[in-house]
Amino acid sequence: MSAVTTLAPSRAPERAAAAAACRHCGAPMARGGGDFCCSGCAGAYAFIRELGLERYYAGRSFDPRARRPRPPEEPAGDARLYAAAAGDGTASLASLVDGLHCAACVWLIEQALQRDPAVIAARVNLTTRRLFLRWRGEAEAATRMVRTVQRLGYRVIPYDAARESGPSEEERALLRALAVAGFAAANVMLLSVAIWAGFPGEMGPATRDLLHWVSALIALPAIVFAGRPFFRSAIAALGARRTNMDVPISVGVILATGMSLFETARSGPHAYFESVAMLLFFLLVGRYLDRRARGRVRSAAEHLLRFAAAPATVLSADGSSRRVPVASLAVGDSVLVAAGERIPADGSVSQGRSSVDKSLIDGESLPHSVEPGSDVLAGMLNIAAPLRVTVRAVGERTFLAEVVRLMEAAERGRARLVALADRVARRYAPAVHLLALATFAGWVIASPWQTALLNAVAVLIITCPCALGLAVPVVQVIACNRLFRAGILLKSATALERLSEVDTVVFDKTGTLTRGRPELCRDGSFGQEDLREAASFAVHSRHPLSRALCRAAPGARAAEDVEEHPGEGLSRSTPEGEMRLGSRRWCGVSELAASGDADLELWLVRPGLASLRFRFEDELRPDAVETVSRLRAMGKRLVLLSGDRAEAVGRIASELGIEEWTARVSPAEKCETLRRLSSVGDRVLMVGDGLNDGPALASAHVSISPSSAADLCQTAADVIFQGASLRAVTEVLEVARRSERLVRENIGFAILYNLAAVPLAIAGMVTPPLAAAAMSGSSIAVVANALRLGRRA
Amino acid sequence: MTGILYLIPIALAMGLAGLVAFLWALRSGQFDDLDGAAGRVLFDDPSDTEPPASDRRLPP
Repeated sequence: MSAVTTLAPSRAPERAAAAAACRHCGAPMARGGGDFCCSGCAGAYAFIRELGLERYYAGRSFDPRARRPRPPEEPAGDARLYAAAAGDGTASLASLVDGLHCAACVWLIEQALQRDPAVIAARVNLTTRRLFLRWRGEAEAATRMVRTVQRLGYRVIPYDAARESGPSEEERALLRALAVAGFAAANVMLLSVAIWAGFPGEMGPATRDLLHWVSALIALPAIVFAGRPFFRSAIAALGARRTNMDVPISVGVILATGMSLFETARSGPHAYFESVAMLLFFLLVGRYLDRRARGRVRSAAEHLLRFAAAPATVLSADGSSRRVPVASLAVGDSVLVAAGERIPADGSVSQGRSSVDKSLIDGESLPHSVEPGSDVLAGMLNIAAPLRVTVRAVGERTFLAEVVRLMEAAERGRARLVALADRVARRYAPAVHLLALATFAGWVIASPWQTALLNAVAVLIITCPCALGLAVPVVQVIACNRLFRAGILLKSATALERLSEVDTVVFDKTGTLTRGRPELCRDGSFGQEDLREAASFAVHSRHPLSRALCRAAPGARAAEDVEEHPGEGLSRSTPEGEMRLGSRRWCGVSELAASGDADLELWLVRPGLASLRFRFEDELRPDAVETVSRLRAMGKRLVLLSGDRAEAVGRIASELGIEEWTARVSPAEKCETLRRLSSVGDRVLMVGDGLNDGPALASAHVSISPSSAADLCQTAADVIFQGASLRAVTEVLEVARRSERLVRENIGFAILYNLAAVPLAIAGMVTPPLAAAAMSGSSIAVVANALRLGRRA
Repeated sequence: MTGILYLIPIALAMGLAGLVAFLWALRSGQFDDLDGAAGRVLFDDPSDTEPPASDRRLPP
């Protein structure tokens, strides 16, 4: 699990890579573009040097899963709203930190905060990605502290510590039970080995009984304590008239304990205390691994969604403004949305002209211009100029809430899926109980009932699904680790199993198959000098096309007196006349001179020179073609569903050779399409990243999102992958196929082992040492088989 | 054989002591951040001022 936290001093590789990577965040860059990828990183680097904490760079190691430590452009949520003042003149703040990579990040943040004389304690928890801060003075200082961490390159999301319940409480209870079971198993086993070695022999019956009683003394409280997780789950299952794996476990544990006590009391030869304690220990190991893998998942994505809503700025009638949480907005409020902020609620523009990025809502890759009267939806990003928005719907009635509702409905449907291990357990439990009953009935005819009961319980102990309980979690943990090293995060416990059944793959376009941002095509229609001149305009705008221009011409000098006209372009007056960079229509280029797609282009018009055209394309991810053809070779059916325009979708589909594609699909239609596919028996894997994909991701059989996806999607998806490469999709399918085979092998092995051991138990030949050896033997075999998955990388 | 009459209680007491120590460590939050604790030691500088003892136990 901690592969990325190794802290090998990596001074030499860092120097070698310095030419091609940003010196602060490590992002790959074009050669010769300077030391830093952006001004934020340069600022962070200077700040860290100023604090004297350069050791950070030598000691850190990157986690492929985490966000790059690039100072965020958007301001943090209002930290003062969440800071809590204590009575004794101190205040505290709890927040989530996004972008933590390794212990060096923890050290850097703690050291930087402790330079502030007011800070009493600053503690970062790397596992849960939480920062806890306490300082002397007013709660207002929270803003300053958060600013410090932001400048280092981390995103800080403050939250209300009182509202969060400890997510690890269940994990800790399991660990306590595990410790107690381990203690009991080890000590009882010590005594039992003495009995097996010494009786019948030098040891007399009195000594044996004494040792049995001591074993009972240790085992009984331990079994009651460590067995609770299983008893509780078994009772819940029986209450719902179902049966699960915990029912045979509980029955076996209780009967074996009771029978051993009875044997001890009548000074019989056989007591199974050590088997019971060991069984619980092994099962708890499996249960703990399972829970730990699941607990990690819950951390980032879910909390980001819950806490990330930045406060909105509400304008009062008298012109004053105040910041309020989005949840307390009311219909009719006038909200100010600065450039670069997300629109907090559905509404209509009352003042201002700007363009908004809707990609999160419907996958549309190009911004739309808005003017007074235009409708806007929560989640759109305001790009160009400040807007005033009159709120029209809040809370449950917004588009966002609608998407969330669709998602929840879809997820409820999925909860009905039953994991393979549980399906096996459902058939297994009644069979085992019938077998034990039959054993009892058979023996009671010819021998005293004590012997009959003893043999029936031996059957239950031998068949206790110890290997079953370990078989699945161990494979899952190893598969998770392997995928994690490849930058892929498995979120759901049953995802692997569902992935292995997939026969249809549905892709979203923007941001999934493509990079989700336009790139300049160097088609030779312009020279380097023209590009630099255009870029000197473009640095003034946050429009995606302008940004693409700037990326293509790094280090462009900003021209002066540039004016932005939202939805149209940029202009600048020079002594010779007006220069313009913008859309075809606005630059006055005749339709005859221009051809092709009018959306993905910019025109540069200069007095006395011919108009120049810059063409852009939303590029495919580098290995999209390869991935798609490999998926086809694996025999998967491929479908492309996008909310974007038909031309754009069609072009991508033909480039990739995907025959089934649909454009202009709404979130509900995507959901509907998936439902139609699954109703004819297809097992669908959905790969998507936009807010409009959220419901589809949740309703698909299984789903994957890139880590650049909307927070909502990361919550809905079962798998999240990092990086520009789509190879993750085939990698995940491959690992899923192999781990599914291992799980089946393991379950098969457990059943085989039962087939061999049960006749012995029915025949009354299973003694306590044999039971203990069989149980640990089968568990070790299962774990060893699972380890094969990690070795062949 | 009478030796086991006091050897068993001694063995059990030692085992229990280990168990209690583990449970105490669990309760005092030493298992809350296994990833962070593993790397933290590599960065602790002897010259750095440690936080006061009263602040060592912080909410997660």
